[in-house]
Formats: sequence, C-alpha cells, structure tokens
Amino acid sequence: MTAYLKLDHIDKIFTRGAASTEVLKDISLTIEKGEYVSIIGHSGCGKSTLLNIIAGLTGATTGGVLLENREVNSPGPDRAVVFQNHSLLPWLTVYENVRLGVDKVFARTKSRAERDAWVMHNLNLVQMAHAKDKRPSEVSGGMKQRVGIARALAMEPKVLLLDEPFGALDALTRAHLQDSVMALHQKLGNTILMITHDVDEAVLLSDRIVMMTNGPSARIGEVLEVPLARPRKRLELATNTTYLKCRQRVLEFLYERHRFVEAA
Amino acid sequence: MNMPATKMDIETAMPAGTAAPVVAMTPRRPPRSETYARMARETAVRVIPPVVVIALLLLVWELICRRAGSALPPPSKVFKDTKELILDPFFDHGGIDKGLFWHLSASLQRVALGYSLSAVAGIALGVLVGQSIWAMRGLDPLFQVLRTIPPLAWLPLSLAAFRDGQPSAIFVIFITSIWPIIINTAVGIRNIPQDYRNVAAVVQLNPLEFFAKIMIPAAAPYIFTGLRIGIGLSWLAIVAAEMLIGGVGIGFFIWDAWNSSHISEIILALFYVGIIGFVLDRLIAGLGKIVTRGTAQN
Repeated sequence: MTAYLKLDHIDKIFTRGAASTEVLKDISLTIEKGEYVSIIGHSGCGKSTLLNIIAGLTGATTGGVLLENREVNSPGPDRAVVFQNHSLLPWLTVYENVRLGVDKVFARTKSRAERDAWVMHNLNLVQMAHAKDKRPSEVSGGMKQRVGIARALAMEPKVLLLDEPFGALDALTRAHLQDSVMALHQKLGNTILMITHDVDEAVLLSDRIVMMTNGPSARIGEVLEVPLARPRKRLELATNTTYLKCRQRVLEFLYERHRFVEAA
Repeated sequence: MNMPATKMDIETAMPAGTAAPVVAMTPRRPPRSETYARMARETAVRVIPPVVVIALLLLVWELICRRAGSALPPPSKVFKDTKELILDPFFDHGGIDKGLFWHLSASLQRVALGYSLSAVAGIALGVLVGQSIWAMRGLDPLFQVLRTIPPLAWLPLSLAAFRDGQPSAIFVIFITSIWPIIINTAVGIRNIPQDYRNVAAVVQLNPLEFFAKIMIPAAAPYIFTGLRIGIGLSWLAIVAAEMLIGGVGIGFFIWDAWNSSHISEIILALFYVGIIGFVLDRLIAGLGKIVTRGTAQN
C-alpha cells in the first residue's frame, strides 16, 4: 500500500501556564490517493485539532504529517480546507472569494484569462456560477458552503480537508450537498479527509471511517472499511445490509464502547 | 406495496415533458399620484419635527433677548447685523478682513492636512499595535496617557517647536485626532476572526497581501469609527487653536468678533461651525458606509 498522506505518530499537548492537556495521542494513519476517509468522534475528542495539524494551522507536539513522502508543517494550498462555517470573506463577491486562492496558486502557471475560466469552471462544478457577483451575505448557508468547496477545489489540492462541512446546514440541504460532494469525488478523484460527527454521513461518503476515542488523549480506536460500490445512492443504501452493518459498527463504537462522558 | 403505486399515479397524472402552464402575473402598478403622495408624506414625517423644534427655539430666544438691555441679541437682530456677511461670503478686503468663506476654507484646509496625516499615521500605528503583542505592551500605556492631554495644552509646545502658527495648528489637529484612530484600528485588527487568518494561511497570502486583502477590509468598520471620532475632535480643536494663533480662520474670526463686540457675528460663525462639523461627520460616516458595505452586513 502506497501512502499518499501519512500521519506519523502525532501527539498534541496543549499547554496553558502550568497545566498541560494531552489532546491527541499517537495518531498514525495512512491514506491512499483518491481515498475518501472520514474521522468520526464525539465532540471534544480533538478531531478538529487533528485536521488543523494536517492543514498546518496548528503544529503537532511530536510526530508529523507526510504528503507524498515530504513533511508538511505549514499551511498551504496543497491541503485546502473547507471550513465548518464556510469562512468566506464577506467583503468579496462569490467570484472574488474563489479568485483569491486561484490568483495565488496559479500566479505563474496560468494567464489572467485562464484563471478567470478556471474560477468559473469551479463555480460551475458546485452549481454556483449563477451567483458569482453576489456577496456571501446574499446567498443561503448551503450556497456559502458550496462556494467554500469551490474555493478549496480551485486550488487543486492534493488532499481536500473538510472540517464538518455540513454541520451548520439543515438536513435537506445537507443531504443535497453530500450528494454533490460524492459526485465531485467521483468525477475528480480527489483525496478527501473529512471530519464529521454524523454516522450516516460518514458511512455514505467514506471508503474508510476512522473512529476516535474520547479525549483527553484521544487515539484512533478503530478503522472501518466501507465496502460499498460507487456511485452510491442514498435511497438504495437505506436497505442495503452492508450499509446497515457498517452503520451499526460505528454506532456501537460511539455509543457503547466510547460513550460520550459529560464532563461533570 | 404502497410506494410504487403512488409513484405511478403521479406519472400518469403528470406525463413527462408537459409542465403546468405558467400564468404570468404583472403586479398592478399604483397610480403615479399615489406614489408622490406617499413620498411627500415620508418626507414630511422627517422634516416637520425638526422644523417645528427650531421654530419654537427661535421664538423663545427672540422673546427672551428682545427686552431692552439684554446681553445677547435676538435672532432678528442677528440676521439684520450679519446680513452682509451671509449674502456675500466671498469678499476680500485684504489682510484678515475677508468673507466667511475664506475663513472657513482656511480652517478646513488646516483640518484636511492635519487630519490626513493623523489618519495615515493612526491607521499605521493601530495596525502595528493590533498585530504585535510587543508593540502593544510597549506603546499602549504611552497612548493611554498622551490621549488625555487636552488639544490646547499641546499648542505652546508646538509653537515652541515650529516657531510658526500654521504648522502648530496642523500639529494640534494631528495630535488631537490620532488617538481614537489608533485605538479603534488596533481593536479592529485584534478582532479579525481566526477564520480569516486561517483562510489567508491556506491561500498563503504574503504579509503585504494579507494587509491589503484581509486586514484593512476586516477592520474597516472599526477604523471608520475611529476616523469619525477623529474628524469631530479635529474640528473641535481647530477653532480653539485658531483663536490663539490668529490670521485667517473661523476660530480667529470668532475671537476677532468678540474683541470688536460683534456678538451677532459670533452667533453666525457658531452656526457655520456647527453645520460644517455636522457635514464632516456625515461625510466620513457616508464614506465608511460605502467602504464597509460587505463587511458590516455580516
């Protein structure tokens, strides 16, 4: 198995004054090219911290991240992030938000016209070309997240990092957007790492599900393969035994073996 | 076995390809006279209350100051005394005997210069203090002390330094209006959401691009609050400074009128000072509204 993205014995300790908390302990994981991997766990288990470490926004205390056998420890467009709250810049239009990244990444390799075409191509991929001149405050939450995805895709990342991308959306919009992401993954073959706390979402979208134990000192508890053929159809899967079995496994892990303990 | 049946029902009821006919409905346009009447009503609602209040105040003032031996002139006398100044603001008899337009424009020029300097320096220092924790620790105590010094207290010192009225007045404007600009800019920079910084980091903006594309737009609402307070303060300071410096300027005009016991002229000048202060404030507020259009909405 060739590792495309490799997490190598990552520990993360937050120190505040004299007190230090170990958030992540000995996280090792290899992800292949084109794979869709989800990381699931209860809130507070440090999964967002893990994503930030991979993105380079936070440093690991020990261990490191290897992308194509090269260590990465600072943020960059090769690991574009789709943030939970979309994080679009409100003073820029939809088009300009995507263009910001494109202008940086392709400053030397693409001409002005090519960059413009590339921005429009990516907005078309997420079906947002019609709103290119709107500001983020003028489009719905789901649309904002689509633009967030377009912005990340337009940087042609080696790994696309999704930080609970559908968490802030209502159920119907979420389902719609999940289908879109699935279709994009099918079409473009990106390597995707997604943080989620939604079991159905994890099983529906992923090739593998990484289940994390509760923090502090969260570890990888179990890794589950989801052997479902693609393209997957939401409605057909509802009665698929493999789907249900996988779902059952994740639920058991989360609610029996690593039940969320309320910090009392 | 209910589901497929329902689906078939729908398909037979609505064969593919034939959409339901769309009936175009044009909203009835209200008659033009009605629109005008509504606009007139809306304007009246805004205009009438201040007009009534002003009329009442003028009336009270007239009644109080009309009696013989009153120290201040009633509005009717103010108007009669200053009619020439109002009607011809552009005369220039040489020296300091000029129309009000020239006095006001001299004051505005000083404010424009001093305020522009303080806007540039204030935003630059504010960004520094907002961005760097060490700059804040070093400079903030200094700022907090200096900003409490009254504008006119700076004047003798600046006269000693510049040995000339013009640069001293500009310096007083500068030093008076810079503090709110620095402090508000710093707060705005410190409040830039981590999300925007993360976006900048992922896109790998260099410091200059980060400044222009993230910092300034994100902090713009705060910066404009500072700029708006700053313009108000500089207009306050210029009148006081000009009284002491002399030459051409609305502050000196007021002082000169007092020395010649032209009370009506003082009142007229105060009226102009108020109106211009108001316009300056609106100007910066309007500019801020245009610039922060996107940011403020979120």
